[in-house]
Amino acid sequence: MLSSTLILGLVLGGSYALVAVGMTLQYGIARIMNLAYGEFIILAAFATYLLFGSLGISPIVALLIIPVIAFGLGVALFQVMMRPLVTRAGGSGRLEVDSILATFGLLFVLQGVMLLAFGGNYTSYGFLDQGVNVLGTTLAANRLLAFALSIGLAGGLFALLQFSRWGLALRAVALAPGSAALVGLNMRRIAALGFGLGTALAAAGGVTVSMFQTFSAHDGVLFTMKALVIVIMGGVGNVLGALVSGLLLGLMETAVARWVDPGLTLAATYILFLAVLLWRPEGLFGKAAGR
Amino acid sequence: MRQLLPFYALLGLAGLAPLWLGDYGAGLLLGMTSAAILATAWAMFSGPTRYVSLATVAFYGIGAYVVAALAESQPWPVVLLAAAGCGGLVALVVGLSTLRLAGIYFVIFSFGLAELIRQLLTWYEVNVTGTLGRYIFTEFQPRDLLWQLLVLLAVTLTLSVWIHRSRLGLALRVIGDDETVAAHAGINLARSKLTLFVISSVLISLTGAIQSPRWVYIEPSIVFNPTVSFTAVIMALLGGANRIWGPILGAVPLYLAFEFLSAHFPDHFSILLGLLFILVVFALPNGVLAALERLRLRKGAGV
Amino acid sequence: MIGFTRRAAMGLLGGVAISALSLGPGMAQAPEPVRIGYVASKSGPAAAGAGITTIPNYELWAKDVNAAGGLKLPDGSQRPVELISYDDRSSAEDAVRAVERLASQDKVDFILPPWGTGFNLAIAPLMDRLGYPHLAVTSMTDKAPDFAKRWKKSFWMLGGGHDYAGALAQTVAKAQAEGKVNGKVAVISVADGFGIDLISAARPIFKEQGLELVYDQSYPMGTTDFAAIIEEVKSSGADSFVAFSYPPETFALAKQARTVAFNPKIFFTGVGTPFPNYPGIVEGRQEGVMSVGGVDGNSEKIAAYFKRHAEVVGTPPDSWASAITYASLEMLAQAVSRVGLDREAVAGELASGSFDTVIGEVKLEDNQLRQLWLVGQWQGDKFVGVAPADRTGAMAPVIPKPAW
Repeated sequence: MLSSTLILGLVLGGSYALVAVGMTLQYGIARIMNLAYGEFIILAAFATYLLFGSLGISPIVALLIIPVIAFGLGVALFQVMMRPLVTRAGGSGRLEVDSILATFGLLFVLQGVMLLAFGGNYTSYGFLDQGVNVLGTTLAANRLLAFALSIGLAGGLFALLQFSRWGLALRAVALAPGSAALVGLNMRRIAALGFGLGTALAAAGGVTVSMFQTFSAHDGVLFTMKALVIVIMGGVGNVLGALVSGLLLGLMETAVARWVDPGLTLAATYILFLAVLLWRPEGLFGKAAGR
Repeated sequence: MRQLLPFYALLGLAGLAPLWLGDYGAGLLLGMTSAAILATAWAMFSGPTRYVSLATVAFYGIGAYVVAALAESQPWPVVLLAAAGCGGLVALVVGLSTLRLAGIYFVIFSFGLAELIRQLLTWYEVNVTGTLGRYIFTEFQPRDLLWQLLVLLAVTLTLSVWIHRSRLGLALRVIGDDETVAAHAGINLARSKLTLFVISSVLISLTGAIQSPRWVYIEPSIVFNPTVSFTAVIMALLGGANRIWGPILGAVPLYLAFEFLSAHFPDHFSILLGLLFILVVFALPNGVLAALERLRLRKGAGV
Repeated sequence: MIGFTRRAAMGLLGGVAISALSLGPGMAQAPEPVRIGYVASKSGPAAAGAGITTIPNYELWAKDVNAAGGLKLPDGSQRPVELISYDDRSSAEDAVRAVERLASQDKVDFILPPWGTGFNLAIAPLMDRLGYPHLAVTSMTDKAPDFAKRWKKSFWMLGGGHDYAGALAQTVAKAQAEGKVNGKVAVISVADGFGIDLISAARPIFKEQGLELVYDQSYPMGTTDFAAIIEEVKSSGADSFVAFSYPPETFALAKQARTVAFNPKIFFTGVGTPFPNYPGIVEGRQEGVMSVGGVDGNSEKIAAYFKRHAEVVGTPPDSWASAITYASLEMLAQAVSRVGLDREAVAGELASGSFDTVIGEVKLEDNQLRQLWLVGQWQGDKFVGVAPADRTGAMAPVIPKPAW
């Protein structure tokens, strides 16, 4: 019973972490608080559904194609829409307000386009719903995939950021955007790459999540909010933090559903979140004293 | 306070409007007034301190729920007092968090709090009262509610002007600029922030309370709709959150734009609204009021 | 433009057609259209429900009426229907204001209601004050009799929690009497209007029928993972599983039940089960799944309606409130053909007349539709009504449900 709760909780948490990792990159590196983040998840989910439903392309193949397209889309979006804002703000706190307003607008545009294109229907399809036995607990193969992917992606990104030259540059930009330029780093390019990478991760999350979760054109906000909570709880810009707090929320939800009252699962996750913040105001892994 | 006199006159005039505007006009004015109060009350705290709160809807919903719980058994003024009291009490607890959190962490914290309140209320209703929806049957016509909201708007603005000029307002602006400096200057951070947050939240709770009889039936998903929080922020930022008139100048045009777009382009509302936001960010970087001032300055220089 | 649905395209075309109708100079001779307004959630959280049940039927009906030459009036003349629609953005305040606008700015002849119990209640007093008949279809409430008394021109057409819970309890009790199930039931319910209405009605009724609720929990809206709950239910000893759920959870439950081979003898889930995309989600293994609602599987009218809906809208309708929505509009049209456009008279006719609709002959009792399918079941590719068992067209329920 304990082990099955642990396993189910970790797997649920993995799917939460999966959709949050991209956002922490976008904010951490590009300094853009992207409120339209969830719309990219939903877009990817719809794209997967279309590819699978009408062309018969397996969501596994989609998982290889769609993030690549999303990366390009993210970079383009940054260059067209975000760069002028970054330039205008010139490193001041104004970028935060401006990016919130602009991506809030983007959220509406994308949502409106998806409503027109796909209608408001709840969309879901069956793929990899088969059970897989893990240590005596039966798990859906698609959820297991999401879990593996979140661990793999977060771990890979962590290693990339920690040990590669490129990662060093990214971290430098995240920690001290002002002085990074002084040491000859091309800030704009790095920010664009970070934003694109975040979008690609959002898309990977969307493809995977669509295999087990029902979605509709207006569900983006739900994902954005979940991701925000996880990102903030883990410490902004911290990939490992996002993974850990995603897993924690999943464990909390499953444990409460099992032993307390399924009606209090979401309340419990918010209590956990608020308590963590009051204990560590910069998130679990946040270190910078800046805002 | 003299600068407010023409404004009071304008509000009085708006109060007469239902006599010849009909139901729709009164309803429109009602919604607009409510939006103006929410934006102004939000900016009262968040403008000077730069703490972006997404907990607006928590107080709005609390106000509505107090009405639903008490409207049938208590006289209306008591109901309103209770709504203000509940809102103020919760605000005191939430406000304490501002002592530890800042920036984006506070933004999401306040959002999480609003959701937590909604979840707990839902759980309580389901497990204790056994119903979720509550009915609000009152004798109020739209114009009665409009009059109450107009009075509340007048109160809100008066408070806003008063705070702006008082020591409290100055203290808050210093806090917004630099908390460390503020503390060194002998400003009691905790008391200043808490006082203002409570005042702002009480006003928001009252708005929810007064507006709720319009809906007859309420449930958490209706009154704790996070869109309310976001709209208040957007309206205030659009107008200019640091100026007394800014939030109103953001709320009125934006509200009318919402109405126009949803009336004329019901199927493309979201897209047009989104484009409008993006346009505003690029074209009016410092809010409507700043743009107006710049225009006036330029004209002045030209003459 | 890949992926633009037929409905979106239809909406565009419809808009063009209407403006041509009102602007075309050559149309001066054409009879003035009857203006019918509606407000529904075209965006926001309620858009999914409105987009499946409410809006497509309004559009389909207007198209059908106009294709037949327009609304018939008592003098035998015909006038086309012009639909005017607003988006309430899933907010009660906006729904109220849109009704005010339809009445005082657009001066429409009739107003069709939004989707959802909350929205219908929000506009009910206003509709009453403005004198518009209010055909509240998508509002499930046990207080319908009170509301019909409070607002004389309101009509409540989906029954209440007691109706559905009662029929479900009878169905399970009957299976127990026949020795098909053990009488132990596990129930979960969404902590929102629908779930709460049903579970609070179900608790006493299940007891009365001698059934034992061995697991009874609510879960918050937006729950995406039911693995832990299903584990608990499996070990509870119940062989009937009931979930008063909303569509996203209904789908998640089906998927996770399949994953862990959770095969109770009765598998009953809530809203969303009768949706046309349900069989696709469970990869064709829907046989035996039960839910609220249903349609008469033998009715030719229903079959024709399903076919036309699929042709015009692009998907078949759902098998609970869609047909009733369409029927409510047929009732409106027939009432107009008997008494004209006077709203007072139309309301009177709706209350007392009897109407020929896709769901059969309809006559309201105290402003409420009481001929309802309360429990339905997937049998083959149709979601058919199984209770009340004595209603014409009722199918015998398949119990135990075949394994996934």
